[in-house]
Amino acid sequence: MTSESGSIGSINTALEMPRGTSLWEDGWHRLRKNKLAMFGFFYLLLLILICLVTPWIAPYGYEEQNLRLGAVPPTAEHWLGTDTFGRDMLTRILYGGRISLMVGFIATAVALVIGVTYGAIAGYAGGKIDNAMMRLVDIFYALPYMIFIILLMVVFGRNLLLLFLAIGAVEWLVMARIVRGQIQSLRQQEYVEAAISLGLSPLTIIFKHLMPNALGPVIVYTTLTIPNVMLLEAFLSFLGLGIQPPQSSWGVLISYGVETMEEYPWLLIFPGLALTTTLFALNFLGDGLRDALDPKASRD
Amino acid sequence: MKLLQVQDLAVHFHTRNGIVEAVNGVSFDVEAGKTFAIIGESGSGKSVACYSMLGLVPMPPGRIESGKVLFQEQDLLGLSERALRKVRGKGISIIFQDPMTSLNPYLKIGDQLTEPLRQHFGMDKKTAWQKGTEILEEVGIQNAAARMNAWPFEFSGGMRQRVVIAMALVTEPEIIIADEPTTALDVTVQAQILRLLKELQQRRNIGVIFISHDLSVVSDIADEIAVMQNGKFVEQGDREAIFRNPQHDYTKMLLAAVPATQKKSDIVDAAPLVSLSNLVVEFPGGKGQEKIRAVDNVTLEIKPQEILGLVGESGSGKSTLGRAVLRLLTPTSGQVVFEEQDISEYSRSQMKPLRRRMQMIFQDPYSSLNPRMTVYDTLAEPLLLHKICNRKTLDAEVFALMDSVGLSRESVLRYPHEFSGGQRQRIAIGRAISTKPSFIVADEPVSALDVTIQSQILDLLLDLVNRFDLTMLFISHDLGVVRYLSDRIVVMKDGILVESGSVEAVFEHPTEDYTRALLDAIPGKRLFLDDAAESMEEGTIT
Amino acid sequence: MWRFIGFRFLQAIPVILAVITVTFFLVRAAPGGPFDQEKAVSDQVRAALEARYQLDLPMHEQYFSYLEDLFRGDMGPSFYYPGRTVNDLIFQGLPITAELGFYALVIALVIGCLAGVLAALKPNTAQDYVPMSVAMIGICMPSFLLGPLLVLIFGIWLDLLPVSGWGNSAGDKILPSITLGAMTAAYIARLSRSGMLEVLNQDYMRTARAKGLPEYVVVIKHALRGGLLPVVSYLGPAFAALLSGSFVVETVFQIPGLGRFYIQAAFNRDYTMILGTTVFLSTLIVFFNLLSDIVAAWLNPRLRYQFRK
Repeated sequence: MTSESGSIGSINTALEMPRGTSLWEDGWHRLRKNKLAMFGFFYLLLLILICLVTPWIAPYGYEEQNLRLGAVPPTAEHWLGTDTFGRDMLTRILYGGRISLMVGFIATAVALVIGVTYGAIAGYAGGKIDNAMMRLVDIFYALPYMIFIILLMVVFGRNLLLLFLAIGAVEWLVMARIVRGQIQSLRQQEYVEAAISLGLSPLTIIFKHLMPNALGPVIVYTTLTIPNVMLLEAFLSFLGLGIQPPQSSWGVLISYGVETMEEYPWLLIFPGLALTTTLFALNFLGDGLRDALDPKASRD
Repeated sequence: MKLLQVQDLAVHFHTRNGIVEAVNGVSFDVEAGKTFAIIGESGSGKSVACYSMLGLVPMPPGRIESGKVLFQEQDLLGLSERALRKVRGKGISIIFQDPMTSLNPYLKIGDQLTEPLRQHFGMDKKTAWQKGTEILEEVGIQNAAARMNAWPFEFSGGMRQRVVIAMALVTEPEIIIADEPTTALDVTVQAQILRLLKELQQRRNIGVIFISHDLSVVSDIADEIAVMQNGKFVEQGDREAIFRNPQHDYTKMLLAAVPATQKKSDIVDAAPLVSLSNLVVEFPGGKGQEKIRAVDNVTLEIKPQEILGLVGESGSGKSTLGRAVLRLLTPTSGQVVFEEQDISEYSRSQMKPLRRRMQMIFQDPYSSLNPRMTVYDTLAEPLLLHKICNRKTLDAEVFALMDSVGLSRESVLRYPHEFSGGQRQRIAIGRAISTKPSFIVADEPVSALDVTIQSQILDLLLDLVNRFDLTMLFISHDLGVVRYLSDRIVVMKDGILVESGSVEAVFEHPTEDYTRALLDAIPGKRLFLDDAAESMEEGTIT
Repeated sequence: MWRFIGFRFLQAIPVILAVITVTFFLVRAAPGGPFDQEKAVSDQVRAALEARYQLDLPMHEQYFSYLEDLFRGDMGPSFYYPGRTVNDLIFQGLPITAELGFYALVIALVIGCLAGVLAALKPNTAQDYVPMSVAMIGICMPSFLLGPLLVLIFGIWLDLLPVSGWGNSAGDKILPSITLGAMTAAYIARLSRSGMLEVLNQDYMRTARAKGLPEYVVVIKHALRGGLLPVVSYLGPAFAALLSGSFVVETVFQIPGLGRFYIQAAFNRDYTMILGTTVFLSTLIVFFNLLSDIVAAWLNPRLRYQFRK
């Protein structure tokens, strides 16, 4: 609103006044002071960047074999060594990271869309609708979802799209609960009542008064869902029920690494390190965001 | 007999952002059977002063910089944690502010009550239980033997506070620190608890340190009063001296915590602006329970330019009534007539043109403003929605509003969290008058504010009423505040209007027992009631 | 209280029924018949097999006859291992998995609660940072990575502990139990820390201290109960996490438990076995969720009181 009125010249003097600090800016300042969270943030940024340009910067081809070389520990040519087929581990970890991150982000996005929509509807509708919708979530929550995902992967074959959907379908439950709780408590805030008594339309109230205030916890939980999803994917892939060759993810690489870890431990250690550090970064960032955006939720 | 001597006590907090001088050199004595009251607003250091004597202030960041606290011939400040524990709850007990949170929800009342006995006297369970039952009886809890086995949540707020008092008394301490013991309670309950405290104190000859933000609360029970501001006692003396002849400006401000402005305009003798007839509002109860009738068959009229005070305790349905008048909720039955239109069944779109004519001011200035909108956005939203002005004149209009409610233009782009409670309430008031309404519902607009700020906000409200010829429904639990503002008062209890009349009529000749109870419960009524009532009170206290 | 328990039990029945139904039809609807791999089977043999497994009946009759068998506790013959029933396989694996899960849970509870409570007592000091950093590692180090690493370090490089089997050689239960319990321990540590921190900041802690109680009484009598309540509520989900964790741990350490059978059944497309195990494990998980809910409610006097009336 301020930007629109700023162009009208001398009558509009409001813009020249000192600017306040919004809650977002406040949160950002708090986040910037949190070294671990900032480490997580930049680590992820770098990782995403590298994964985006992997095909151009990877030192070797993804399937490029060198059977004569076989498995060698890290050398100047192969920084992270090679596997039993003489394939460059750095290259394979980079390509694997693309898949792992993609699963993490896309499945989380699926969970986000379902969860936010469902939770917002239940929270805004309230009453019996809310009751029925949340009871359903409770029932789903009591289900042994890991077994179901495995079942789905067995029955319908191991394809990537199904994996996104299956993981997303599991993770939306918590998101729905969080959003619904947020909307419920925000609806009781007096500023929402004030907005109603001003005569604002429900849509304006939702988008201007409810959504921006519910966003913080959603961002926090989204950040914390990504590592969960990546873990789930790696778990399935390790069991051979997730990503299938020739595609590969960190979970697949770890599972190969385990088979030969006695002779070639670096085949286990490097993909494991890649997965663990990424999960670290995401969790640190998520915890930091919670402290920064949702000070009430972090109780310390 | 001096039980406790505090000499030059100073407690500072060493935080990352510098040193906070919470308590800065205070001295006082507490005598047996007497009450020493410390009055101050939030953050003045009154609680820190008392808790630090017992080592209940976390150190670090807290640090005792100087002072002596002499109790039973020893300096409490020099004692080890071990030795202090023998004083806590045995020689000196504390009654805390909020009885809803100061009892452990996971332990039975009896367990919590007998704990100090078993700790300090090594009593066996049976003897302690017996003693606990006796003390519970003494603080006025019926059927005490059975209630010992109850959980805290089975008690109401007032009853819980009695339990907390019993817990403080059970070891027969010499001194009790009462930290705002009635702030969280309703007025009538507050009066009962104050009476109980006074009674117990006299019977057992206990010295009491009474901490409060409200001078009027202690006017009946304090023997000596200290007024605290920024960690220092700015004034200290016996009760009569403080009330009759306050020296310090801050004390005068606390005493004069009533608005200076008078209402100018008279009620217009015309058709009522708002009238309710047989209004009923029901809420669905819990599963299998009956519906809750929050507003029960209420009929009343508000004339143009009248300020109608609506008084009731929490749960009386007064806020629900206010919201029903504005159609923020739909009445179950009955009529709401506003400007001669029956709006009780208007849809949202039918209400919209009326919305600019009726506005609301809420109690909690911390939740009534969207934390992500600047003052500018908050004030511009209704202006644009109701086309009060166009975009060219928007800034000027926003500034004009800020001027009317006494906000600096400089702060137009600031967010709510950058303001104090009083300033936030000014923003909220600015939003309410932005549409130039004829009718405003003010729901406890000052009860969340510090005493000195209260009078400023009431001044502002009266000024706006005078300037814009507003009609107002002023909802409050505080008869004192209502008295100064209103033309007429209605009293509500359990959803029903029990009394209505002019201010004088209600205060001087209440017809209902409940109104009389409310009036009796006003703390320090002699501070503002007329001379006759005052001399009568004098007789009973001294 | 009994009404609450009864109510929750009634609620669990449709959930279990739904699990059975969905699993049954999912498995039956799987693309490609169960005998696709076995190319050499003649039509005649196949018909005989299908008859034996009642595959010639219409779908809904199969469903009802399966339900009927299930109620009698019969989960049918295995598709993959001729002559063996699903019941056999489950009850062969169950004791081993149960023992493993029990050790893991004990490790998780003891270490997790201890670390969380200690951290909450001195927040933002070394006593907080050290256990919480370890917990963070636990959360970011999945069992399929931790297990092999432990094997590599303690089994192969240091040669201290056996690296596979269950009950065959001394100490072969140590590594699997730690591997399985680690992540749950980490979650419990974080939960109990935040639960304790919340309780320790309550007003009634100040009341307890003002009574002159020594600090250990304040913590043990007044704080633990409320502070560890979130851990009790987490036990249901923790149980489910341990079960799925056992799939990996039993695979890594070659333990002949239920989890490994399940994964093998998944690979072998042993349909009756998948169906039976899914139903069995799901019922178990639903039951444990129920149990942890009931215990949590029982520990909360307010809920207990409501249901007494």
